Amino acid sequence: MNLKLKIWRQKDAKDAGRMVDYNISDVSPDMSFLEMLDVLNEDLNNKGEDPVAFDHDCREGICGMCSLHINGEPHGPDRGITTCQLHMRKFKDGDTIYIEPFRAKAFPVIKDLVVNRSAFDRIQQAGGFISVNTSGNTQDANAIPIQKHNADLAFDAATCIGCGACVASCKNASAMLFVSAKVSQFALLPQGRIEATERVLNMVKKMDEEGFGNCTNTGACEVECPKGISLENIARMNREYLFASLK
Amino acid sequence: MAKSALLKSSLGKKYWMALTGLFLCLFLVGHLLGNLQLLSGSKDAALHFNQYALFMTSNPAVKILSYLTYFSILFHAVDGIVLTVQNRKARPKGYVKNNPSANTIWASRNMAVLGTLILVFIVTHMVNFWAKMHFDEKMPLQTVTINAGGTDMEFYLTTNGDYLPKSRVDQNVIEIKNRTEFYDAAAGVKINEGYKDLYKITVAFFKNPDYGLIASILYALAMVVLGFHLYHGFGSAFQSMGVNSPKHSPFIRNFGKAFSIVVPLLFAIIPLYIHFILKV
Amino acid sequence: MALDSKIPNGPISDKWTDYKDHINLVNPANKRNIDVIIVGTGLAGGSAAATLAELGYNVKAFCFQDSPRRAHSIAAQGGINAAKNYQGDGDSTFRLFYDTVKGGDYRAREANVHRLAEVSANIIDQCVAQGVPLAREYGGLLDNRSFGGTLVSRTFYAKGQTGQQLLLGAYSAMNRQIGRGKIQMYNRHEMLDLVVVNGKARGIIARNLVTGELERHSAHAVVIASGGYGNVFFLSTNAMGSNATAAWKVHKKGAFFANPCYTQIHPTCIPVSGDHQSKLTLMSESLRNDGRIWVPAKLEDAQAIREGRLKPTQLAEEDRDYYLERRYPSFGNLVPRDVASRAAKERCDAGYGVNKTGEAVYLDFASAIMRYGKEQARIKGFDDSDAALVKKLGTEVIENKYGNLFQMYEKIVDENPYQTPMMIYPAVHYTMGGVWVDYNLMTTIEGCYAIGEANFSDHGANRLGASALMQGLADGYFVLPYTIGDYLAKDIRTGKIPTDLPEFEEAENNVRTQLERFINNKGTHTVDHFHRRLGKIMWDKVGMARNAQGLNEAINEIAALREEFYRDVKVPGTMDSFNQELEKAMRVADFLELGELFAKDALHRNESCGGHFREEYQTEEGEAQRDDENFAYVAAWEYKGKPSEAVLHKEQLVFDNVKLVQRSYK
Repeated sequence: MNLKLKIWRQKDAKDAGRMVDYNISDVSPDMSFLEMLDVLNEDLNNKGEDPVAFDHDCREGICGMCSLHINGEPHGPDRGITTCQLHMRKFKDGDTIYIEPFRAKAFPVIKDLVVNRSAFDRIQQAGGFISVNTSGNTQDANAIPIQKHNADLAFDAATCIGCGACVASCKNASAMLFVSAKVSQFALLPQGRIEATERVLNMVKKMDEEGFGNCTNTGACEVECPKGISLENIARMNREYLFASLK
Repeated sequence: MAKSALLKSSLGKKYWMALTGLFLCLFLVGHLLGNLQLLSGSKDAALHFNQYALFMTSNPAVKILSYLTYFSILFHAVDGIVLTVQNRKARPKGYVKNNPSANTIWASRNMAVLGTLILVFIVTHMVNFWAKMHFDEKMPLQTVTINAGGTDMEFYLTTNGDYLPKSRVDQNVIEIKNRTEFYDAAAGVKINEGYKDLYKITVAFFKNPDYGLIASILYALAMVVLGFHLYHGFGSAFQSMGVNSPKHSPFIRNFGKAFSIVVPLLFAIIPLYIHFILKV
Repeated sequence: MALDSKIPNGPISDKWTDYKDHINLVNPANKRNIDVIIVGTGLAGGSAAATLAELGYNVKAFCFQDSPRRAHSIAAQGGINAAKNYQGDGDSTFRLFYDTVKGGDYRAREANVHRLAEVSANIIDQCVAQGVPLAREYGGLLDNRSFGGTLVSRTFYAKGQTGQQLLLGAYSAMNRQIGRGKIQMYNRHEMLDLVVVNGKARGIIARNLVTGELERHSAHAVVIASGGYGNVFFLSTNAMGSNATAAWKVHKKGAFFANPCYTQIHPTCIPVSGDHQSKLTLMSESLRNDGRIWVPAKLEDAQAIREGRLKPTQLAEEDRDYYLERRYPSFGNLVPRDVASRAAKERCDAGYGVNKTGEAVYLDFASAIMRYGKEQARIKGFDDSDAALVKKLGTEVIENKYGNLFQMYEKIVDENPYQTPMMIYPAVHYTMGGVWVDYNLMTTIEGCYAIGEANFSDHGANRLGASALMQGLADGYFVLPYTIGDYLAKDIRTGKIPTDLPEFEEAENNVRTQLERFINNKGTHTVDHFHRRLGKIMWDKVGMARNAQGLNEAINEIAALREEFYRDVKVPGTMDSFNQELEKAMRVADFLELGELFAKDALHRNESCGGHFREEYQTEEGEAQRDDENFAYVAAWEYKGKPSEAVLHKEQLVFDNVKLVQRSYK
């Protein structure tokens, strides 16, 4: 099939940037979206133009490196997938596809479609851990039984891949789903309860400092999250934070 | 840390938003129950409504609640503005192509606009009625016309259930002081108290030949706006307060949806009823 | 230079304990004066960085991704082995050790493997303490599953995302240390050379991938944890960015590279769909528990299927060839990975492949669906002769077990695997070979260590499922922190290593020269063009089955391709900016050398073992034939300017505790 692409091009962080039109032909419906961009880049490269920069790595939906805002939605129109798992059969011959970087003050553009998501790392550094050293003498893994239900919920929260689609889809560029996933994971486990108060206060403080917006419960994040992280995690964080603040 | 967190943090602001919002939902219920008396159609509708209006403006407990309501409205609005400004700043450059309807409902994205419209409505509404009730020196007192022996006589209704003939006021035997109090003009002694006739004001407003139709329609439209605001806001408040679990959430969500439809609908019926149906 | 593996003396079960009791320690005040560089932040690098920082060293960690959480360890699905014996099924440290040595086709170093088995239980304790949500039973205790090549259930898991959860555990431990300032994290940085001063590793040259700037970083030791080199095949299950550059630069600076030809080809991957293919996706090995693998028995049927004239479901039972069940009646569809992969290739080479490219076989769940369906019908008291009902019930069972994998398959292939058999084909997955290290995990360069998939040490010629995660974390959490201390104890008075030494200058200049060469080259083909061609040579001639003639051809073709690459590659943009094509060019340049050494190693190893299959060395039934007399050694290659001139060093493998036998799955 033949497609018209409108891609955000921005030379570097200082450049103003603009949308540029490209035509691409002979796209196979079996291609992944990123493979389609590979073909475009090969073509641009052969013509002596600068290829489009975009982040990607594992290309199987787990590393969280790929991003892209495609036709108005992070990771494109399909559900429960990342951009690397989006296939061209989701589009029709003659379609126009808009491709933009994830937009947020906290995610500044590095080049073209590549953004800097280090703010996520810094939030994790503020408290997204359990303070246990590696000694080889921690107690036996089965010493504390954990309710299967809670272990499963903790797992579901822990499957967040840190891609930033929640921020990109949120009209307020809020990072609540991301932060709450980590807060929830640990809040649900006995190991994590010990530092629960400090963790939620510190992580939220950092989240605010990084310039993410406030949650207005629109639920866009949950819909667009490639891993289906639930809004219940945000509610859990709201609870955790409320109790932590009252302590 | 903890104290300032409750005021300054993003989550703290959301708690206040939710708490004030939920309190205002309670207020809506109270306000609606009172207003519904306008629909009763009985011959005592005016009396009941005016009694209610008096109660709402004089009872000390209600007074506290009303101050809380004023505060909630103001705080909800100011907090909402602060949040909106911050949220705008969080995405200084928007998308060229955005498809938000793919992942959100319209109301949830437009709470600030809806809220602003509601605020405008509240101000208008208070000027129309609340201010008159509180400050208007020319606020009429409720009267009834009774046919006694073939002639219509007009009486003031008093709070202790008496009827004071209007003619005695007209003849200056009785004086009205402090807007509602009846004084014996000669003795200078308070003898009774009347009802401010809010009912009359209300009916006159929506029946006004010049602007009654427009006002009724605008009031009904304002309730549509309120409905959308509540449609998202009600459930959202619980989420903000951390109440969301597979067990409770479906009920809260459905209740919120019903609330957002029923309450504004009933409110909206009142002006339309008065304008189109009520016979005076 | 003779290879000294530095294996401690004594009985195998005491070696590690004795070793730890007698090594040098660094006192906490001195640790503050010692810097360690770690390249790569996967399970091995991430866990090492966190642990060394906890101990008090100043750690500088580097990754090319935008965050350490993205390392490709994250993609591991199945699980992690540990000799916990929670199931009471007779597991023990020795059994894990034994299974690993046997599974590696007797080409691993006994002492290392035993140490790995010893610390395996600690890994689970550590991860649970960190809040890693491993799967649990209803009683609240940890659950286990069983994996190929073993007789016990010792695999811990977190649904199909075990690697992700373990990596995020290590990442969180790192975050804690980054927050404390003990780890300095360099995201979007690529190590482009090792700096050796007076024979010791003292730093690296790294390129800031955002600004393009070349940076000098010094340290008292350098740890390479950059993973494997599967991407030398272009198409593999590795991430797009996975590369061998750090390991290869170390090799070029004097570290020996061991057993490059040991590569694991995973049998159950989604087949290539066309020339545009950029990478391959693995489908968990667990599918082979219920799926039956087959191809058409008649060539004309295979052709009809390829041309779309025939559907697989239309083929009668007697026209299907369940070749694994036919060849290996006792193990059937559950033969080890290397055997299953080769059998698929054999059928496809003979013309029985079932997709457009002729490189796919069927993995069919129809009989499992009917089997489970009948069982369910009986349990629920329904009529088990109602085929539609049985199929519905059976489909539900399969959906519960493999739903997410089936969904993933459908997204990629656009076919419903509940209704039509899945198509699978083997793909490159893991490399057992890597930088040679001694018992201390130190390479042949003093102060330069290699851990995780980047080293060669623990899996011999074939890795068992769920052992990669175990090794990565064992190296990082529990082995390196001891062994590196022993070395660093000598460096407490050295002081900060200055970065203005001539060695840094020279290394930086060399890197700059290479970068400039690419930018200034006026070639006509993209980097991917060459990478694809390299991959094709590797896959065709150095892939699942190899022979001397093909290997000789491959060596010549790769050398020629490398020359062509330097002459004709086209890299757009500039050096001092974000330039993904330049990044790729640097990586592919190294693959083009590594690929040649890979073929050379495969050519010299005149035997078949594990992931290395030489067609000349097989039994009459077509099975791998080892030559323990002549090849029970580690082949460690020394760089001499060109891959073709690499010099072979042998580390003889001594088996005191495991008896060498021929593997059989008949």
